[in-house]
Order: sequence, then C-alpha cells, then structure tokens
Amino acid sequence: MKILAIIWEELIGMFIDDGALALFALALIAAVSVAIKFLDLDPLVGGGLLVAGYLAILAESVHRFAAKNKVS
Amino acid sequence: MDNLTTISSTILTSFLASFVEIVEAFTIVLAVGLTNTWRSAFTGTALALIVLVVMILVLGPLLQLVPITALQFVVGVLLGLFGMRWLRKAILRASGYIPLHDEEKAFREETEALSKQRGLGRADYLAMIAAFKAVLLEGVEVVFVVIAIGSTHGLTLYASLGALIACVLVIGAGLLVHRPLARVPENSLKLVVGLMLTSFSVFWTGEGLGVSWPGEDFAIIVFFVIFSAFSAVTINLLKPGHKSVTKEHVL
Repeated sequence: MKILAIIWEELIGMFIDDGALALFALALIAAVSVAIKFLDLDPLVGGGLLVAGYLAILAESVHRFAAKNKVS
Repeated sequence: MDNLTTISSTILTSFLASFVEIVEAFTIVLAVGLTNTWRSAFTGTALALIVLVVMILVLGPLLQLVPITALQFVVGVLLGLFGMRWLRKAILRASGYIPLHDEEKAFREETEALSKQRGLGRADYLAMIAAFKAVLLEGVEVVFVVIAIGSTHGLTLYASLGALIACVLVIGAGLLVHRPLARVPENSLKLVVGLMLTSFSVFWTGEGLGVSWPGEDFAIIVFFVIFSAFSAVTINLLKPGHKSVTKEHVL
C-alpha cells in the first residue's frame, strides 16, 4: 500500500509542484474558455491571452520563489 | 512543411523528455545492480515495465473514444501544468536558486541507502522495490509525454519512436561506461523540454478552444521562441543576489 501511496503522490507531483502556479494556470484556461465560448471573444485573441497568461504566471512563480530565498 | 514540423517536433520532444527520464531511472537501476544484485535490478525493472505496458494498453484504446477537440484541450491543459513545472524548475536551476540535478550525487545517495539495507533480511526485496519505483515513476512521465504529444495529431508512433531511440541510446551508453551518465547535460535538456512541452500546451489548449493559429503547426516554433526569450531574460534577471537553496525537491 505504501508503494501505491508513493506512486499516487508522484503522479500528482507530475502536474502540481507550485500549487499557486497550477491554480493560476487552471483559472486562466477556465477564464479564456468561458470568454471564447460564452462571451464571443475572438478565439485568436483568446489564444494570445493564453500565451501572455502563461508568461505572467511563470514570471510570478519564479519571482515569488526568488523573493522568498533572497539574501536579506 | 507543416507536417514535417509536427513530426520532427513530436519526435524531438519525446526523445529529449524520455532521454532525461531514462537517464535518471538508469542511475538508480545501476546503483541497485552494483550494490545489491543484478537479479533485483532486472526484476524491479521488468515488473515496472509490465505495469507501464498495461497502462499503455488501457489508456491507448480509451483515448480513441475521446473526441479530438476535447482530447486536444485536456492534453493541452495537462501538458501546461506538466511543462510549466519543468520550465519553472529549469529556470530556478539555471539561475542558481535550486541545485542542479547531479547523477553522480543521486547514484552515491542511492548506493549509500542500499548499502545500509544490505544486512537486512529483506535487502533483495528492498533493492528490487527501489529499481521498480525508479523505472515506474520515471516511466510514467515518459508514457504521459508520448501519449500526450502523440495522441492529438495521431502521431503516437512517432512519439514512441523518439522514446525508443532515447531508451536504446541511454542503455547502450550505460552498458559501455557502466556508470551514471553524469556528463549528459540534463539541466539544459530539461530547460529545452520544459520549453517544448509548454509550447505544445499553448498550441493544443488553443486548438481545443477553436483557435486557428496563424501558420498552423508552425506556431509551435513561434511559441518556443517566445518562451525561450522569456526564460533567457528571467534567468539573467534572477541570477544576481540569490542564495543557494537545497531543500527543494529535485526532479
């Protein structure tokens, strides 16, 4: 059973390392999906928002980590 | 041209992602073989491979039942989480915030742990479990990458080919040198894989949402360039004024 628990933990860890990054990414995708499907946003604009959003989320995540580990 | 771009990027991504994962699994299996017995190493590896084959046999037919746009969307989202995780770690490694992955160190640590177990009655079993776990956990990531990047364009065969070439290369090199493949530039490869997976993710999530990317499949290369430029700038910005961090879990 312990090995199954470890495998499960690793499987989750494959996708979620920084919880905030995963949450922001899912929120971004959900928001863009809703905007395209229900608010008639041009899909290409939605695609551009995905790229910009991914960059912003990555930047926030690495800078947050760096700020936490900065020499005071 | 578009087809060639898709096929070559699929094979390359699968090859690189599989290569780094197989190198890591090889290090542990080698440690088990040299510290304990090769029987434990091979038994653990074989059992893990059986589990992986079962996973492929179950998942493969199931994926064929999913409509292509839904599949592209789900794969895009999962690849986004997976790829951005790799990219984040690669950026933090390159800028010195988390330690670089070191196969020699991983080999030493595994060897020490196995040596301590040698006196125990269950030493063979524990060594076999170590090999099983390493191959299974790294193998699951290989299977995910192959299925994810192969299934959305019906290129699973090409993605599998990339993984197979990586497997043959690592095992061949490992048999030749009989030691961990520490000279493989794993950290740089992981950065490239993170960039590729994130680029594929944007492309397929968009396609799943009905985006017609200008240039079609060529857009993947454009995304790769954008994320590469972002990573280069971020690594340079982060480099000064940091301290080493050792507690972070290393891939």
